[in-house]
Amino acid sequence: MARGEHPRLDSVARPGRATSRPRRRAGDARARADVLAGNGHAADPDGAGAGAEGASVALRDLRRHLPGVEPERRLTDWGRSERVERLVDRTLADFLYHLWFRCEVDGIEHVPAAGGALLVSNHAGAVPPDAAMVAKAVREEHPRARSLSVAVDPSFKAYPGLSMLLPKVGCVAAHPANLDRLLHDEEALVLTFPEGRRGPRKLFKDRYRLRRFGHGEFVDWALHAGVPIVPVCVVGAEEAAPIFARLDALKRLSGPIPLPVAPNFPHIGPLPVFGYLPAKFRIRFLEPVHIDAAPGDRGAIQTATEEIRARVQEALFEMVGARDSVWLG
Amino acid sequence: MPSKRVLVTGLSSYWGGRLAQALEASEEIETIIGVDSEDPTRELERTEFVRVGTQHSLLRRIVEAAEIDTVVDTRLIVDSVVASAGRTHENNVIGTMNILAACGGPDSSVRRLVFKSSAHYYGSSQDDPAFFTEAMERPHPPRTPLEKDIVEAEATVVDFAEKNPEVSVSMLRFANVLGPDVITSHRALFELPAVPMILGFDPRYQFVHEDDVVAALAHILLDDLPGVFNVAADGVLALTEVIDLLGKRLAPVLPPWGTGLAATALRRLGIEVSPEMLEQLRFGRGLDNRRLKATGFEYRYTTRETAIGLGEHMRLAPIMRGAAEPYRYEREVEEFLRRSPNVRTHPRWRGATNGDATVLAAAALAEDPETEVAGPAPVAGYDDLAADEIAALLESLEPEGLTTLREHEHATLARPEVLSAIEEALGRAGGG
Repeated sequence: MARGEHPRLDSVARPGRATSRPRRRAGDARARADVLAGNGHAADPDGAGAGAEGASVALRDLRRHLPGVEPERRLTDWGRSERVERLVDRTLADFLYHLWFRCEVDGIEHVPAAGGALLVSNHAGAVPPDAAMVAKAVREEHPRARSLSVAVDPSFKAYPGLSMLLPKVGCVAAHPANLDRLLHDEEALVLTFPEGRRGPRKLFKDRYRLRRFGHGEFVDWALHAGVPIVPVCVVGAEEAAPIFARLDALKRLSGPIPLPVAPNFPHIGPLPVFGYLPAKFRIRFLEPVHIDAAPGDRGAIQTATEEIRARVQEALFEMVGARDSVWLG
Repeated sequence: MPSKRVLVTGLSSYWGGRLAQALEASEEIETIIGVDSEDPTRELERTEFVRVGTQHSLLRRIVEAAEIDTVVDTRLIVDSVVASAGRTHENNVIGTMNILAACGGPDSSVRRLVFKSSAHYYGSSQDDPAFFTEAMERPHPPRTPLEKDIVEAEATVVDFAEKNPEVSVSMLRFANVLGPDVITSHRALFELPAVPMILGFDPRYQFVHEDDVVAALAHILLDDLPGVFNVAADGVLALTEVIDLLGKRLAPVLPPWGTGLAATALRRLGIEVSPEMLEQLRFGRGLDNRRLKATGFEYRYTTRETAIGLGEHMRLAPIMRGAAEPYRYEREVEEFLRRSPNVRTHPRWRGATNGDATVLAAAALAEDPETEVAGPAPVAGYDDLAADEIAALLESLEPEGLTTLREHEHATLARPEVLSAIEEALGRAGGG
């Protein structure tokens, strides 16, 4: 059941943050769009065809109206570049995955071969390498070699360079509408880190202890899109880029990017990659979770969030307990 | 309810003129009346032009006198470099209020309102979704005067829709327009040999072709589709991709910090960079166009094709320059063509000179079932043609066409000089 959290809490979140939910904020806009359409019907639940009744066209499922693929293009509509991605994949990701971190993958069959799914993982380390490694694991080990989008905090768009590079390698701002389009309409795999910034900010002494999984937005995304959640555990990222301390005095300068005391501290350009310690990576995909609830049901969302967090935590402790050496696994 | 009697506000703007031209081709539209405070810039055939600004009492009289059932507002200024902030506000907010005042009210004949808006309604910021749908609002309140005006104008229209439930209101939010004819500040930017970008940013851009803008307006109007619609071509391109397609070079000369100052320097150099454009150069914008597509509208161009087309046009432009005489509005000429009893050609064919016989022949083979008695293919408007005009186009017709024409002429007017000319032509065709 809900832990007494009032649903209103969400709508007072700062507008535009990843944690806020434009669906709710757009409520009045939608109502107004209905007025425009000259009808008083409640807006349809998928939110796409507000006031569409006047058009006498079934707009509930707009999937078939997605733009066609133009084969001459090298970029997708999300700004993802096949060329850049392949380049990074063949060089950096390949090196890290096979040689540096020697990733071992477990339970890849839990990643569905078709249809959308939301992958939910723990997140750690300064300039965390875990997203790249999970994406690489799905590409390498999965029989369908599916590619993966990574939902990241939208603040990256304000940083020159990052704002250019991240979309090219498959990162997408964690906006509910983006997630809905990817998961439901395009039936893609999306990886998200519900710990958000709290993950990479935690210190080495707190390793493998999961932070709060946000307000459970990720469960809401999956419910809206009607896709399963695949919990993912990554062991090794904490030791690959441990954070021993944080310079809080510099925090105001760097904004959302943490300035930690870590082996790969000066994370400018490709530098942090050379600072990663060669910890052994183990990635485990847990069984998919199908949640049976209506979107927006706070009680069910909280319950599911807690349950998923507990499952990831439990598996993490088990994996950490089973390993003999941080470096050799 | 189908639209029959249409009032186009902003007739002299590019969009007003193009839309009126498109509506003229539609048989269903009885009357098109255009108003603007300046002379029309495009040649129109049956559209009536009345020079009036946005004074609502005058507009009201026109609406009542002509029993207008549909008002299309194409006046909105969506580019802050074309007019001062004050004039933009006057046009976008006050003008919209006046026009709505002229078509609202219990005794008004107006049943349909189509409002041309802009994707600047959504703005461009880091917290945007990758694709705005019609139901979304911008994540932050508007900052630039132009965006404020557009948001306010839309609010006025929504207010109008609430107070006049019997009027079906459509609002179209257009992405940045590109095309060979229309001049926008983005077009001016792409005309430069190297396109300035903000260092470290590669924003997502979505365009819509000028022809698709007109087609979308006409589609919404003719099919009576109320509601809000995004109009943007398929495909969201990175700016680097656009520049590549245009065959230009990248110039990441704008610094990521202090961009405003650098833009001021560019303005000194004569490169107009609007504040909205600066935001777009940083964050870009994508629209979800699926709602309009679901109503059956088909875009003729994708964003990529639009960019390629513009690139070709820009390469050809220096060679083709001055080839076409720009249209100039002359009130007396237009009055004469519309009103004089001495104008004998059907206005539809006025553009066709004698050399266009193939066009006429094609039309002759295509339509007009009502004169079926005289064979399957008389020329539309044939009966209005003078004998010497007919003689001039006989040269290009095939013998079958000539036979058909002879039968038709025989059954209707039976002008002896025409019949003999046809006989002569037939003889030549048979002999040659």
